[in-house]
Amino acid sequence: MEQFLYAAEVVVNGLMAGVMYALVALGFVLIYKASGVFNYAQGVMALFAALTLVGLQNGQVPFAHMINATFGTHLDTFGWTLPAIVAIALTALVMVGLAIAIEKLVLKHLVNQVPIILFMATIGLAWFLEGLGDVMWGADIKMLDVGVPKGASEALMTVTEQWTGYGFYIDRLDIWAAAIAAMLVAALMVFSQYTKQGRALRAVADDHQAALSVGISLRFIWVLVWSIAGFVALVAGIMWGSKSGVQFSLSLIALKALPVLMLGGFTSIPGAIVGGLIIGVGEKLFEFYVGPLVGGATENWFAYVLALIFLVFRPQGLFGEKIIERV
Amino acid sequence: MLDAAHPAPAAPAAEPAAPALLEVNNIEVIYNHVILVLKGVSLTVPKGGITALLGGNGAGKTTTLKAVSNLLHSERGEVTKGSILYRGEDIAALNPAALVRKGVIQVMEGRHCFEHLTVEENLLTGAYTRTDGSAAIKRDLDMVYAYFPRLKERRRSQAGYTSGGEQQMVAMGRALMSRPETILLDEPSMGLAPQLVEQIFEIVKAVNEGEGVTFLLAEQNTNVALRYAHHGYILESGRVVMDGPAAALRENPDVKEFYLGMSDEGRKSFRDVRSYRRRKRWLA
Repeated sequence: MEQFLYAAEVVVNGLMAGVMYALVALGFVLIYKASGVFNYAQGVMALFAALTLVGLQNGQVPFAHMINATFGTHLDTFGWTLPAIVAIALTALVMVGLAIAIEKLVLKHLVNQVPIILFMATIGLAWFLEGLGDVMWGADIKMLDVGVPKGASEALMTVTEQWTGYGFYIDRLDIWAAAIAAMLVAALMVFSQYTKQGRALRAVADDHQAALSVGISLRFIWVLVWSIAGFVALVAGIMWGSKSGVQFSLSLIALKALPVLMLGGFTSIPGAIVGGLIIGVGEKLFEFYVGPLVGGATENWFAYVLALIFLVFRPQGLFGEKIIERV
Repeated sequence: MLDAAHPAPAAPAAEPAAPALLEVNNIEVIYNHVILVLKGVSLTVPKGGITALLGGNGAGKTTTLKAVSNLLHSERGEVTKGSILYRGEDIAALNPAALVRKGVIQVMEGRHCFEHLTVEENLLTGAYTRTDGSAAIKRDLDMVYAYFPRLKERRRSQAGYTSGGEQQMVAMGRALMSRPETILLDEPSMGLAPQLVEQIFEIVKAVNEGEGVTFLLAEQNTNVALRYAHHGYILESGRVVMDGPAAALRENPDVKEFYLGMSDEGRKSFRDVRSYRRRKRWLA
């Protein structure tokens, strides 16, 4: 019984970890759906959003280090602390500004190019953003605290203790992440299925030329999509940043999002969630049962092996759009 | 003949009298800065008429339409000379969205449906630029379903899984949803069975009469196009080589021979091919 309950706890924690992966994967799906571009920079966007959020919240002077080095000044902070909600709103604006800049400086010049070229452009973008984040806000590890509760949920622990005699350890941050992810997905689904702009977005995803011909402005749609992806990156950045601090390894969470996408399908929002959950639970359970037999550290590779198996047997993922082929 | 009821809008001599909706004046189009595709094309599209743009592969029909609808830009093409006037106003600098708002919309060659959207969603994207409210859009959806009953049956299907003919209807219906004054219709017969081609052109005629929509259509199927159009232009390697009322073009011996595959002497033997080539020179 004890063993079973322990496994159940592992599953629940796996689900929660999966939600965190799914948050990152969502951003990829959005941009991929709307423009057929695999946005390599999504992970870095999450990092950049988190850095900006911390910087704004603590009143850090952007580019302080560079300015000091050039002019011999000693700038550091403006000396204010913004309320979390204001800092988040400002960061969201910065992400919209970033979307507009990306459209103006990069995408606009690459209309009607093959997807691989756009993909390469996003790799460049990833490097640029990482550098920009570094120069703007400094490379040190920062604490992010926007008031998301952290630590074990006492309430859940007592309740499960009473019911089963075994207190489940569940991080409150994870519960919040799950709730926020659920709201985000619901909002995105409603937007893309039932609004005019959402429909236009899906139309652009299918056929750029035809979308142009009915009067949809590609440039506006791209700004819209990248803004939404930037917002999703902000949410992911907040959650990951609160969990493990804002540091440059945050951009590597994008790597974990890849197997999630292969499982769930690159074009499906629910797929990103389900894929994230499967990976989260799968890797925790695998580590729990098989890990000890092979010397542990299976979490590092389990997701990729699972993705590989999916690529062989179901390349479009669980929920991916079937490739329509008429003969 | 089907267009007997529609006399051509004007005989060439009386042309200035017909109110021209769209005027293309001597345009030259270059792709990628080097490839000269149109070498001075001029044409006039009268309001309320069906004007056909005829010619073989690579004659410049599609390019002419895209020059008007301004879809050339995204293909690295550019109008380098001449002017395009719509209602007397130069539209060369307008983007496709602005043109759709003005009432000019293109139905592209090869249909270009949004595959993963349902038929009805496809139609609704056509109303993207409209601002006159959902009630008006709903009314026009019914109007489109009246012209294309087949689409009503298939409204919930993904457009990617419908037949070629249905996709052509989706593309045309989608354009109609923008409440256009002029539709630029590119090669509606492409890849369709003859019976279906006839059906599509019947709908073009019905929309032209019922909604007063002006058509400029590019077509390789000269035979069908000249039966439904009022006026025709024949393009060859980037130039207009002949134009006139459709009825006159149908009777023209050269058009008959080169585009309709008929000649007064009956079927040609292979031996005459060389003289055919020589005679064709006049067109260049």
